[in-house]
Amino acid sequence: MSRSSFTSVLFAVASRRVRLFLRNPAISLPYFAMPLLFLALGGGGLSNLDSVPAFDFPSGYTTFFFVYVMMQGSAFAGAGAGAAIASDFESGFARRLLLASPHRSSVIAGYILGAVALALVLMLVLTLVGLSVGVNVDANGLELAGLYGLAVLLTVLSALWSAGFALRTRITRAQTSASMPIFLVLMLSPAFVPRPLLSSWLRVAADYNPYTAILEAARGLISGEPDEVTLAFLVALGLVAAFSLWTISGLRLALRST
Amino acid sequence: MALDLPNLSHMAHLSRRSAVRALAEPAVMLPTTVFPLIFFGVLAGGVSAAGGIPGFPSVSYTDFVFAAPFVQISLLAAVSTATLLANDIERGFLDRLLLTPASSVAILVGHLMGAAAIVSVQVTIFLIVGLIVGVHIESGILGAFVLALLIVLLTVGIGGIGTFVALRTGSPETVQGIFPLTFALLFLSSLTLPRDLIDADWFRLIATINPISYFIESVRSLIITGWDAEALARGFLVAAGALAVGLIASVTALRGKVART
Repeated sequence: MSRSSFTSVLFAVASRRVRLFLRNPAISLPYFAMPLLFLALGGGGLSNLDSVPAFDFPSGYTTFFFVYVMMQGSAFAGAGAGAAIASDFESGFARRLLLASPHRSSVIAGYILGAVALALVLMLVLTLVGLSVGVNVDANGLELAGLYGLAVLLTVLSALWSAGFALRTRITRAQTSASMPIFLVLMLSPAFVPRPLLSSWLRVAADYNPYTAILEAARGLISGEPDEVTLAFLVALGLVAAFSLWTISGLRLALRST
Repeated sequence: MALDLPNLSHMAHLSRRSAVRALAEPAVMLPTTVFPLIFFGVLAGGVSAAGGIPGFPSVSYTDFVFAAPFVQISLLAAVSTATLLANDIERGFLDRLLLTPASSVAILVGHLMGAAAIVSVQVTIFLIVGLIVGVHIESGILGAFVLALLIVLLTVGIGGIGTFVALRTGSPETVQGIFPLTFALLFLSSLTLPRDLIDADWFRLIATINPISYFIESVRSLIITGWDAEALARGFLVAAGALAVGLIASVTALRGKVART
């Protein structure tokens, strides 16, 4: 089995996913609409949180919340991989694809690569909109690369989780259940205010939530004051490794039933 | 075409079917109940620092933001109920139903009453959760009933608009497409802060022209103020407007469909 056959399947599946996404606004619109609405909420509706005495983020509230919105958008772009896999199983396309492919893991990797491509488009759009509504980027080039790198890792992580779920259920409607834990993990964090300003129960949840390390490091990067970035990358890479096993075992289960 | 009078028995049967169908569908009920509760919990815990903004009303932020999940379930239930109707259209069930003696108004009202029943159950759940987490409803038990009435009216009104989309397109995917719009109405409003404390001019302007702001403020007034006639009048006006638009649009669309069937 050659490396070229792996990459040709990988890119074919990924580019198909991107094409479907771009051609169908009913699918693509929610991926853009939700983060943009959250950005409007943070940049407009909640921007007065700047005036809370204990709020001390140097780049301002809009920038503080923008990082959360970008991470959220990246995570949900990743979750779209699971929805696509389940939908293709329902139509029978995924089964045929798995049977025809010389390297089956390349099919799943293709869905994940497609999700990363969509996340990059989303990040670009969010960044442009963010800059126009007052997001301050105080990061240098390397710090900016670190910020987007963390967001991409979050997309991969979310895509692996949802792909593993989709390979087990193979039902599109069940994918809402895969999104719920992602939504919970993202929300049980210092999403709206820094950790010291969270109420007690949410503070405890945020302290034990591994996503907090990623979000806080990303905020440090955008403000040009990086802190605990290595820890954030280690957490993200560790979770990617763990969820890769979840996805691989899901693929084995799906192949057994194919 | 003369408007046929609805048979109450038909309407009751169709209401029951609509409610039972949604209640028996975890994929419909679970997210529309759990997501608003999570969102409320996160706002109450995560944005409670907003209580420290100079000029914020002297109430707990949890009480202040307790209006959010009610309005959210109303919007979510409206989209869900329209999606279920679109599924009926896609499977041909509605066409078969239109051939029965059930009047088109009975079909429509029965369908929307099912949504009202579901949202009533959810309002009750949320009120219990609110009491458990220490929310104090200033207007008392009667105020809780008025709150439920407001939510049911808005659900039926927005559900009617969703039903119009379902009848015109017959596509569950297209109906799902109005989901971000309902979120836009919710987010671009005075959901998280009083309008006069919204710092960004552009956002305050949008929140001021967004009718959902006035609806949220009326529900909120029952929770944190007590009986505020002006706020309630605005809330009922928004609900009545949505109801009028929703029912007229959906009845017209259903008549068109009857004529084509």
